[in-house]
Parts: sequence; C-alpha cells; structure tokens
Amino acid sequence: MSGHSTYQPQNAFMKWMEARLPIAGLVHSSFIAYPVPRNLNYWWTFGGILAFLLATQIVTGVVLAMHYTPHVDFAFISVESIMRDVNYGWLLRYVHANGASMFFLAAYIHMFRGMYYGSYKEPREVLWILGVILLLLMIMTGFMGYVLPWGQMSYWAAVVITNLFSAIPVVGESITQWLWGGFAVGNPTLNRFYALHYLLPFVIAGVVVLHIWALHVVGQNNPDGIEPRQDSDTVAFTPYATIKDGFFMAVFMIMFAWFVFYVPNFLGHPDNYIPANPSVTPTHIVPEWYYLPFYAILRAVPNKLGGVALLGGAIVILAFLPWLDRSKTRSARYRPRYRFFFWLFFICCVALGWLGSKPAEGIYVYAARAATAYYFLHFLVVLPLLGRYETPTQLPGSITEAVLKRGGTAAVIAFAVVLTGLVGLSSPSVAADADTPPKLKWSFSGPFGKFDRGQLQRGFKVYREVCQTCHGLSFVAFRNLADPGGPGFTLAQAAAVAAEYQVPADPDDQGEVKDRAARLADHFPAPFKNENQARARYNGVPPDLSVITKARGFDRGFPLFILDLFTAYQEQGADYLVALLTGYADPPKDQQAPPGTFYNKYFPGHFLAMPPPLTDGRIEYTDGTKPTADQLARDVTAFLAWAAEPHLEARKRLGFQVLIFLLVFAGLLYFTKKKVWKSVGAH
Amino acid sequence: MATISSTGHSTGHTRRDFLYIATGAVGAVGAAAVLVPLVAQMNPDASTIAAGAPIEVDLGPIAEGQVIKVFWRGKPIFINHRTKKQIEEAENVNLASLPDPQPDSARVKPKHADFQVLIGICTHLGCIPIAHQGPYNGYFCPCHGSVYDTSGRIRSGPAPLNLALPPYEFVSDTRIRIG
Repeated sequence: MSGHSTYQPQNAFMKWMEARLPIAGLVHSSFIAYPVPRNLNYWWTFGGILAFLLATQIVTGVVLAMHYTPHVDFAFISVESIMRDVNYGWLLRYVHANGASMFFLAAYIHMFRGMYYGSYKEPREVLWILGVILLLLMIMTGFMGYVLPWGQMSYWAAVVITNLFSAIPVVGESITQWLWGGFAVGNPTLNRFYALHYLLPFVIAGVVVLHIWALHVVGQNNPDGIEPRQDSDTVAFTPYATIKDGFFMAVFMIMFAWFVFYVPNFLGHPDNYIPANPSVTPTHIVPEWYYLPFYAILRAVPNKLGGVALLGGAIVILAFLPWLDRSKTRSARYRPRYRFFFWLFFICCVALGWLGSKPAEGIYVYAARAATAYYFLHFLVVLPLLGRYETPTQLPGSITEAVLKRGGTAAVIAFAVVLTGLVGLSSPSVAADADTPPKLKWSFSGPFGKFDRGQLQRGFKVYREVCQTCHGLSFVAFRNLADPGGPGFTLAQAAAVAAEYQVPADPDDQGEVKDRAARLADHFPAPFKNENQARARYNGVPPDLSVITKARGFDRGFPLFILDLFTAYQEQGADYLVALLTGYADPPKDQQAPPGTFYNKYFPGHFLAMPPPLTDGRIEYTDGTKPTADQLARDVTAFLAWAAEPHLEARKRLGFQVLIFLLVFAGLLYFTKKKVWKSVGAH
Repeated sequence: MATISSTGHSTGHTRRDFLYIATGAVGAVGAAAVLVPLVAQMNPDASTIAAGAPIEVDLGPIAEGQVIKVFWRGKPIFINHRTKKQIEEAENVNLASLPDPQPDSARVKPKHADFQVLIGICTHLGCIPIAHQGPYNGYFCPCHGSVYDTSGRIRSGPAPLNLALPPYEFVSDTRIRIG
C-alpha cells in the first residue's frame, strides 16, 4: 500500500537531498500521502496517542534519570528531592508515574479495538504479534520502573515478581539469584532494574518502528473490516487522520492532566510512600491496576508452577489469536455471535482486574477461577467454534457504501464509559477490620484548595511541642518553612527556628565531629540516632512524618472511589490521621490491650504503641483558636499534609492553566477537524 | 499542515485560514510551554542553592606565608596570609605591563592587605593553580602554564584574566564571611 513515493521535491536542495537520503520522501509517503480508510472511528486514534505517550515517557524519564540515584540508601530520598527541590520535579515525576497508567490504558483500548474489529486477521498477523511483543516489553518496563522509588510496594513487587521464576523446576532458584545478583532483592537488583528500565523504552521504540512499518505494508483495518477497493474508500493521512488523531489526543490529554494535577496519587498506593523495609511485608500487596487481571489469574491457581504458567500463558496466547479465530469476517459489526462473546470477554477482563485488587479469599477466589477459565476458553474453544458455526451478516460492498449508510459513532461517550470502568481499582492500605475514618473538610482539598497559613503555623507548633519528641521530619528543610505555598514564615523566622536545633558539623581540625546550630539549608534532625535506639526508647520505631499523609489511607470502596476521581478527593491520609489521633478509646470488654499498647478505633489491628498524644489545651495557641484535641489533630495534620506535598498549591494553580489551555486547544482542533473533513462527508 | 503557511491573502478563504492559524498558533504556544519545565529542571535545585549559603572562616590559625584552601559553592577558595615582602612586591608593579591591569589594593580589603582571598580557579580553562610556584612565587597553573603573582594577577600564559575574587567581608580582624 505504501507503494512508490509520489513525493516531488520542490527546491534544489531538497532534490539534491532526495537523491542521496530520501527521508523527506519516506515521511511524505508514510505520514502525508499514506491512504487511510475514510471510515476509521475514534478508536483508531489510540495508535497515535500511544506514540505520543511513549515519547512523553521517554522524555520525562530521561529527565528524571538526571536526578535519581539508583542506590538502596538514596533512591527513596532522591525521589523525594525530585518532588521537593528540583525545578518542576513534582510535575515531571507525576507526569511519568501517571503516564505509565495512561500508556497501559491506551494500549488496552488499542488491543480491545483490534480484537473487536478483527485487526489481527490476515494479512495483519505480524502486525498483531509485534503488538503483543510491545505489550510484553511494556509490562517488563513498567514493573522495573515501579521498583525504582524503592518504597514498600516497589520492594515487595520486586520480591514477588522475581520469585515467579522460582516456580521453574530445577533451575528456578539459580534464576532468581541471577536476577537479584544476590541472595535477596537488594542493591544489585535495584541497579540492574534501573539500567534495564532506561534501556527497554528504546527497545519499545524500535519495535514500534517495526509495528508501524508492518502497518504501512498491509494498510489499516477499519470498522467494517473490508479492504479499500476504490479511491473514494480512502483519504490522505494528512490532513484527515492527522487532525482527527490530534483532536482526540487533546481530549485524552485533558483526562491525563486531570490525573497529574488533581489526583496524582489516585492510581498509586499509599504504601509506596513508606521506604522499603525488607523485614515487613505490607498486609495487602497488590500490583498497579494495569497488572491486576494477570495477578488475579496468578492467584486463581492453587499451585505455584500452574499459576505462573497461566499468567505467562494469558499473554502468550494473544500471539496465537490470528490462528485461533477462524472466521473469515473481520469486524464484529457483521458477527452477531462474536459480538456477544467479545463483550463477555471484555467483562471477564475487567472482572479479573477487580478481583485482582481484592484479597485472595472466599468468594473472590472462586470468581477469579471462573473468570480465568473463561479467559482461556474464549481463545481455545469459543473462537475456533464460532469461526465454524457463526453466520456473519451481509458485508457492505465497499467502505464508501458503509459510510454513506451510517452516520458518525458516539465513540467519545463510549470512551468515557470504558474509562470509568477500567481506571483506578485502588486498593486498601489499611486493613478492613478498623473503623472507617470520617470524611473531613480541608481547606486544601479540591481543584482550588489552598493551605490555611494560620493552620499550618499552628500545626507546626503542635509538631514541635508534641510529635517531634519521637517522630522525625527528615525530608523537610528549615528553608521550606519560608517557601511560597507553605506556612508563610519569613526567612528570618525560619532561620531562628533552625538555630534552635543541633546538627552534626563538619569534622574540625582535630577530626572531631561536633554539633553546631542548624541553618536554613539543613533538614529537621531525627529524634533518634538509629532504629535500635528508637526501639529501646519507644518500644517501636516511630515513623518519619515527612510524607505520612500520603503514606496512609484507607479503602473507600466501590462506587465511592470512582466518585473520588471526579471530586479530586485525595485526603484519605489526612482524614485517617485525624481519626487516629483522636480515636483512642477503652478496648472492648473481650479484648485486653497488650502491655505498652493503647486501643484505637481506627488503627489497623487496634493496638498501637503510641500513647494518646493530644489532649484539650495541651498546646497554647496565640491566635485565639481554641486548642481542643480535635483542633490540634486537624492543625498538625494540615501541617503534615503540606510537609508531604509542599508544592500542592503550585500544582493546582498550574493544573487550572493547563486544563483551560487544553480545553481551548481541543475546541480549536475539533472545529479544524470538522472543516477539514467537510469535503469528504461523514465522520 | 501545509495550509497554515497560507496567510489568507486569497479571498474567500479568510475564515478557514484564521481557524487553521489559530489552532496552529495555540499548539505552538503549548509546545513552547512544555519546554519551560524541561529546561528549568537542569538549573540548580532548591537544596543546591540553599547549600551555597555564606560560610565563615577563622583566619587565626593561618601562619604568615601559608595558603589554605576552603570550599564555597563547590569552588576552591585560596586564603593567602601574605608576608611583608610579598605585599610589597605585589604593590610595586608597573600596572602598564600587566595583561589585566589592576592595583593590588583593589584585590584586598582595606587594612587587610595581609590576607589575599581568591577563587582558586584558573581563568583559562578552570584548572586549580598551585600556590607558591612560578617565577613570581604566586600561583602557577599546571594545565597550560599560566603564571599568576601573589596578588593573583595574570602575568604570563594563556589565561586572559586575573584570578577572580569571591564576595567576602571581614566580620572581625581574624574572621571572614565568604558569600
């Protein structure tokens, strides 16, 4: 289809160049003159969206790599310094982290589109298989990227996924040790994952080139699944497909921007804001949402090797799809029976995703087994039989005929529906046995939320006079107290605060390390030298509070979590913290608090080592606010919410500007698209 | 989109052309805006800037004739406790013979001519000169042979300028704050 280039160089230089390196001709024949079926709907724009997302991931990834340190002692800290100190670092990281989710979302839509319209069938088998290879590469890349922040979820994802290989008989253990570069996941593992995470995206880009090459040899499939036969069946790639792709890309970016600027942690897990701890596994570990269906398949099988085999099989079987589906008719539009089974398969995949986020117990296990069974039956039994026994409806004579019979499709609405169904199967990080914290009103919630300076200053006072005795605030520097969007201290006030703290000085002329007064550039010193000292003193290790409001949360459950996406509710951690600080009570009669612990309604497991920290009037406020225990809890939580997300105000402000821009841009692209397509009629 | 380049001179197409130009212009503005964070992220980050805060150095322990090296903003700072002879030599130079003429008095603080504070980075290509070397017993850069006198002025070699002076002040007779 790409045929011989019709490109005619206009000026002397381009003629000279074309005779030596015909790159302009290649671009012209591939992206300008290239004929595309005129009946493509918006589901076909996801190829372009994916290319755009790959570029976004590579650009933001290369930039993040300039600031990231791949070492077990510094990885978490360097990510936090990206979030706090690097210019626009928070933006780049949130784009990269949410970009991964957007990438998988677009890839899954792209694949379901291919399955619905039979885009894998002859002569597009190689094109499809290259796509399956791309999915595999994406899965590997995404997994290794998730390990890099070196939080709890990162670490345990690395442990669990590498242990999949230990299921292989005889050589399993040697393979895992080879993968780790040690006897457990550790620094060598992190280092090689970093190197591979940097490499694989370029491999993906290379396979994408093959994918597009294969596409341009066989031409695009289309919603009617019939080959173009006449000139009126196709339009030129540019401007028709370019402008249509561009418009829908802008629409997609509106959603992307919503995630980045207003709910950047919606798709993540609070546990990953806890630094990796090889001695404690989080109570409920789940992968990112885009791996959940495969994770459900893994857990559905009560046999180690069997689970791993089915997990791998679920991806590999996709490559055989062109030969498992024996029907000569491509598009589900003309295959009524297949249409039914396609949607059944789609629901089955979404159900597997939901089940993957649930604990592997009781009814969930049986449901996961049923869904897993259908996943494979669909490929191995349903598709081969359908090909033999289904009677397709009458195909239109040509694409032009099909277009003239039908109007446009409501793809945008369908897209929104799929989106709400697919995105964000967020997971609980606090066990379900504890009470649900009440939802509170925060000045910093919602798209236009801002911190209340007075509240942050009061909260800082609470931190200094109560929490600080046991809890560190190590990612916050004294200079941050005077940063815009923070508690609003002056630099002089921040310096005065700093001077009250002692930090180790550089070695003096005798080589002795003495303490000196802290300066603006220093960070809050930890209240204990190391974890052993903390255990001896406090009967446990009090967690650092720098990111605590992002490191805690609770499951909001269906359908609330979907609502939270649209109301931009990101304050689960803050709500939990207030509930915890004020949730002490006498234990129920049948329970006895173990020595040195206290009963709390909201703490998972209920018994915690921290004594009730806040009481009415424990702090004196100078601004006239009544220092009730509840008020103290809210104030210190607001302060800690700022400490965890110091650029929150800048993020929301920039988000508003970006969204306005994208709405205007998408509107302009829509009208431009309408103008361009006017000459060809429908769509 | 080749249509963008046509600016609407042909009659009957102005409205359509305006739409194309507007769309293209808004897209270009967006693309340019994306460059801002991508470029800004390579500037020194907030912690680096904060760590470049002023430092104080006690001059008491520096013996006459001794040069010590301290670091400020990642740069080596030479503090030279000069001898009487060195000061005299530095002051009695024919300025016209210098590549970068500057009197010694302009390179030290008033009444503190005995302490010469310099950024120890050769103005040629950034190597660190060696103290007490070269024909003037000042500084000599081993990389490409630039010679500086005890005032840190370039006397011969490829370096174009005198050694730079950091911002500093005397907080007492024996203590300076650099930065």
